[in-house]
Amino acid sequence: MYRSQVLICGGTGCTSSGSMKIADKLEEEIKKNGLADEVKVVRTGCFGLCALGPIMIVYPEGTFYSMVKIDDVPEIVEEHLLKGRVVTRLVYDETVVADQIKSLNKTNVYKKQKRVALRNCGVINPENIEEYIAVDGYQALYKVLKEMTPDDVVKVILDSGLRGRGGGGFPTGRKWQLAKDLVKDADQKYVCCNADEGDPGAFMDRSVLEGDPHVLIEAMAIAGYAIGATQGYVYVRAEYPIAVNRLQIAIDQAREVGLLGKNIFDSGFDFDLDIRLGAGAFVCGEETALMASIEGNRGEPRPRPPFPAEKGLNGKPTVPNNVETYANIPQIILKGADWFTSMGTEKSKGTKVFALGGKINNTGLVEVPMGTTLREVVYEIGGGIPNGKQFKAAQTGGPSGGCIPAEHLDIPIDYDNLIAIGSMMGSGGLIVMDEDNCMVVIAKFFLEFTVDESCGKCTPCRIGTKRLYEMLEKITSGNATLEDIDKLEKLCYYIKNNSLCGLGQTAPNPVLSTLRYFKDEYIAHVQDKKCPAGVCTDLLQYTIIADKCKGCTACARVCPVGAISGTVKEPHVIDTAKCIKCGACMSKCKFGAIIKG
Amino acid sequence: MKTLEELMAIRNKMQSQVNLRAEDATVRVVVGMATCGIAAGARPVLTAFSDGIQEKGLKDVMVTQTGCIGLCQYEPIVEVIEPGKEKVTYIRMTAEKAAEVIEQHLIGGDVVAKYTISTELK
Repeated sequence: MYRSQVLICGGTGCTSSGSMKIADKLEEEIKKNGLADEVKVVRTGCFGLCALGPIMIVYPEGTFYSMVKIDDVPEIVEEHLLKGRVVTRLVYDETVVADQIKSLNKTNVYKKQKRVALRNCGVINPENIEEYIAVDGYQALYKVLKEMTPDDVVKVILDSGLRGRGGGGFPTGRKWQLAKDLVKDADQKYVCCNADEGDPGAFMDRSVLEGDPHVLIEAMAIAGYAIGATQGYVYVRAEYPIAVNRLQIAIDQAREVGLLGKNIFDSGFDFDLDIRLGAGAFVCGEETALMASIEGNRGEPRPRPPFPAEKGLNGKPTVPNNVETYANIPQIILKGADWFTSMGTEKSKGTKVFALGGKINNTGLVEVPMGTTLREVVYEIGGGIPNGKQFKAAQTGGPSGGCIPAEHLDIPIDYDNLIAIGSMMGSGGLIVMDEDNCMVVIAKFFLEFTVDESCGKCTPCRIGTKRLYEMLEKITSGNATLEDIDKLEKLCYYIKNNSLCGLGQTAPNPVLSTLRYFKDEYIAHVQDKKCPAGVCTDLLQYTIIADKCKGCTACARVCPVGAISGTVKEPHVIDTAKCIKCGACMSKCKFGAIIKG
Repeated sequence: MKTLEELMAIRNKMQSQVNLRAEDATVRVVVGMATCGIAAGARPVLTAFSDGIQEKGLKDVMVTQTGCIGLCQYEPIVEVIEPGKEKVTYIRMTAEKAAEVIEQHLIGGDVVAKYTISTELK
């Protein structure tokens, strides 16, 4: 038995910073020091504090080492593992209080979190089914198969109030109930998992797949039992190689011990699971396009009704759910609906995982009860805005969502509150913006993405998003008029109301919400031809302040297009017609004589 | 795997391992592992405590090391720290005495006085 275990994060983030090499080195040093029978190295999933990776936690003490380098490993082994002396310089400083090491759970980052979907991430080895079983894995499946009827299962999920975590927020219990009851005597039904996770900056589902793949397998089997399906498909984007690999290992292990396949737990219930890889299309995160892709066709949505619960994959009743939705299922079964409803708000029960990105100190993955305010997420858990900058807005829902300005920082996060202020929960990407972000450019960024990803089937989206993008280009290059802003808004509503699927219907959201809260920025771009945040280069002008200029000619010599003229020791001048706004002169000037505006 | 028993057997086998990663421990068993401690044979004592509490499934006990406690002649030293109670310092510990301390003190709740420093210093 091991007296100590060292957990190393093997999520994609830390792996790309070399965490797996560190794990190998650790095993090497442990062996060298004769500790191989006492200390075990465990490669786990994502802990969530991605900004501080590579991460290593030593148990049982719970010492949290952050930003570990491969050269630190011999010291950690010799000092800590062998002699019990913590290497304080490497410990996450928020856990070091006086000379005591505080528990990670008491730090600002973790103390307001409630890890339900991420319960096992960073705790177990995802490539070992026995560790999943050790944390009560597959007990929910046993309970469902032996002690509950499909109706019982649907009732529990309905009572729990679980809503789709992919962003739509549709009651999961109801979705399962419809798939179970709508079509009598269906000869085949399917369970699907949407692991396409297309939103830029979102990696909640990836972390569950990389850190706890068995929870998905167990939940899909439970869903299969509830609706009467014997086959499931996990549609994973191909850009997640580690997730795909770990999921396949998990599926193989589950099949090996009979937790997938025929007659599970001797109950007469058969269920199997296969992976289907995506091919880089954001639209395939839309449920009908996803199913089209699984069928082997080009990912294009189709009109609904009929909804997938009635006619889905291969025309059969299908339940498509998001990874995070599934991650909650086994615990709801084991702990009951009341446990789940004890967390969250009146209409949004449970927790939500957010991927914090952008201008925020603690970038990474966090899970909080619904109802936590945006202020708590950004300032307490997220550690605030770096470099002393001012918060400007937080974008939720990715290309389908909207921005939340400072005036709404105290809004309790839940599905309905976010929609009321013009945004949406989305899958959980939360990008923070500060005073140096231009909101028009943000809208343009999302439109650029949507234009690229539009499948092209319906006209409002195919052509409409392109026109929106062109209008935003006009605005950021200083060529628009006030009428253009009105046209922009009208086109947004047209696209929203007439597009075939969610991609088009929500593509105008970033534009509409930035117009709602930051109209003054749009007007400044159009009327004053200025970018208040100082981002849109076409609207920027570099000027030399004559009083401060010493005539040293340094700027003129560094200008790549020869736009600066002047005689030595005399104030210089920038020819704005020639200037390409590269900023080289401003960086070179030692007298602060060049300003941007 | 066809039965609940098989599932639970795996669970029980692996639980103590995974429990090591929880932070629910209230009782801390601290083994002196400085140079003098290691020289006096603290490693087998450490492993004995760690294996023992895992075997017995004592979830709220954590076994860790520490550096020089300052009483080199009494090594290997083991301190048992429980919230609300006075710290107990066991001296000249061995793997066998460790088993006794686990049984009598950690499980039974009675300090094994004969191994403590207070007995020595009397």
